[in-house]
Amino acid sequence: MSTFLVRRLLQALVLLLIVSMIGFAILHLAPGGPLSQFAAGGDMTQADLDRIAEQLGLNRPLPVQYAEWLWRMLRGDWGLSYRDHQPVLHIIASHIGATMELMLSSTLLAMLLGAWVGILGAIRRYSLFDALATIGAMIALSIPTFWFGLVIIYVFSVGLGWLPAGNRYTIGDGSALNRIHHLIGPCIVLALVSTAVWSRYMRSSMLEVVNQDYIRTARAKGVPERQVLLRHAFRNALLPMITITGLHVPTLLSGALVTETVFTWPGMGRLFLDSISYRDYPTVMGILMFTAVLVLLGSLIADLLYGLADPRIARNG
Amino acid sequence: MSADLTGVTEVRIAASPFLWNSPGFRRFRRHRLAVFGAVAIVAMTLACIVGPMLLPYSDTFIDIRQRFAPPFSDPHVLGTDPLGRDILARLLMAGRISLAVGFSAMLISMAIGICIGMIAGFYEGAVGAVLMRFVDAMLCFPSIFLLLAISALISPSVPSIVMLIAMTSWMEVARVVEAQIKSLRTRDYVVAAVAMGASNRRIMFRQLLPNAIASIVVAATLNVAHAILAESYISFLGYGIQPPTPSWGNMLENAQSYLTSAPWLAILPGAAITLAVSSFNFVGDGLRDALDPRMDLP
Repeated sequence: MSTFLVRRLLQALVLLLIVSMIGFAILHLAPGGPLSQFAAGGDMTQADLDRIAEQLGLNRPLPVQYAEWLWRMLRGDWGLSYRDHQPVLHIIASHIGATMELMLSSTLLAMLLGAWVGILGAIRRYSLFDALATIGAMIALSIPTFWFGLVIIYVFSVGLGWLPAGNRYTIGDGSALNRIHHLIGPCIVLALVSTAVWSRYMRSSMLEVVNQDYIRTARAKGVPERQVLLRHAFRNALLPMITITGLHVPTLLSGALVTETVFTWPGMGRLFLDSISYRDYPTVMGILMFTAVLVLLGSLIADLLYGLADPRIARNG
Repeated sequence: MSADLTGVTEVRIAASPFLWNSPGFRRFRRHRLAVFGAVAIVAMTLACIVGPMLLPYSDTFIDIRQRFAPPFSDPHVLGTDPLGRDILARLLMAGRISLAVGFSAMLISMAIGICIGMIAGFYEGAVGAVLMRFVDAMLCFPSIFLLLAISALISPSVPSIVMLIAMTSWMEVARVVEAQIKSLRTRDYVVAAVAMGASNRRIMFRQLLPNAIASIVVAATLNVAHAILAESYISFLGYGIQPPTPSWGNMLENAQSYLTSAPWLAILPGAAITLAVSSFNFVGDGLRDALDPRMDLP
């Protein structure tokens, strides 16, 4: 297990290094560059711009800038936002809570719903339910998240008046009940794609497990069918789902950005969009790197958990 | 031996009536979805090419007395937008842009993905490892974050949006192609070609690529779906196709503010996107079943 752990950590570090190079390259080689926000004002001479470039260290060779930038990132100094001159890490920290609340709650919903649909589809394979679930999942993966959000708002907020149309809580309220009420809409919207993914993989994983020898053994011993499916099959079918959940982090983050925009949810995705329209490069860069780190962490944790849950992987892989 | 036994138990589990049980029907149903998708794609493409010429209104004509006309009103079949422009005409013109963007982005991203995947799969060792780590690293960025970060830095014209989507969606293709090439490399016919002194380029393009074509076609179809969806996301968020050029995504951009008074502004373009994307997904899924039975992914 420990060599597996060390090797997996080293792989993640190498990947993180490449990720940082790509991120740095994107924002520095693109036309415009970090100086464009000063140049756009129009009241600066070229001499002024050169002086600012000198002060910000933008006139030095790119590899030098990259090395310095990486060193600062590692020490936790992610720069100051151009917009309000707050430390970037500080700004991200103040928005990550809302995003995590949204992502975790919708993941939980998707797991429960997806597992139910997937297991039922596997048990009653080729039934009408299975067919509808297959088609439904395919359509769910094709619906633009923002449009689904608009439809939910139209039906449940504008039409029925059951759910609030946006924000994290009513200003002046903020009780737990109020927050949950606000969470329902965005949570359902973000859970759509995850539910589809979960149900499909759960179904195929379950079908694979049901064909294993130990299931046949359990049945031969006379274990009730319900117990065979839930105790023996379901628990083993859940194993690959650890990996699926880990690999699903990037999709979830992308979905969160769109959902937050539609529901004016004050999370990291909306912060990212705002920062882009302000050309706030340090914050854009910071969030881009932060999401990449989250994705890496997601797959790393999934791998480690899988190693713990299924020792064969750690020994062989 | 175990396959027989488990086959028997499976029939016992799947105790559901009618035709749904028979594998033949299953194949037919699967195919039917793919056929539905293909028909829908052809119909949409034709409608978008021919449709605007048959309509009495152009997509830019402003009928100022008929602003916010609901669907099924007299001259405007699908209603009008806040400026009084005919929505059907705009949907069809937007379809031209969105489908063209999706298709061209797919072509470019396939070209990049196939090249990188083929080189990485063929020259295993250091070159392959470096390329595939680069692919892994690109996949660490959530796609919308990457699209938006770059789209804010470039001028938002139609060709640059196509390039942008292609640049951020070739990685999956590269992975598929790399895996295929790697497994094909050790086949006898490749070894024979090497023994006969064929050049690396010849082996790659004449031996390996044609044999990997099944998974490439499937990946290409799914890639179009992805590209149409990506265009709609960034256009909706205001960084994609810029008005007055309509696209399905940017038709939805201001729809949220009129959700109470004119919900059809939001419903119609979104339905068009969903229909197009799911059609390509259905066709891709059907092709996967038909061409490559080994890849039985959900």
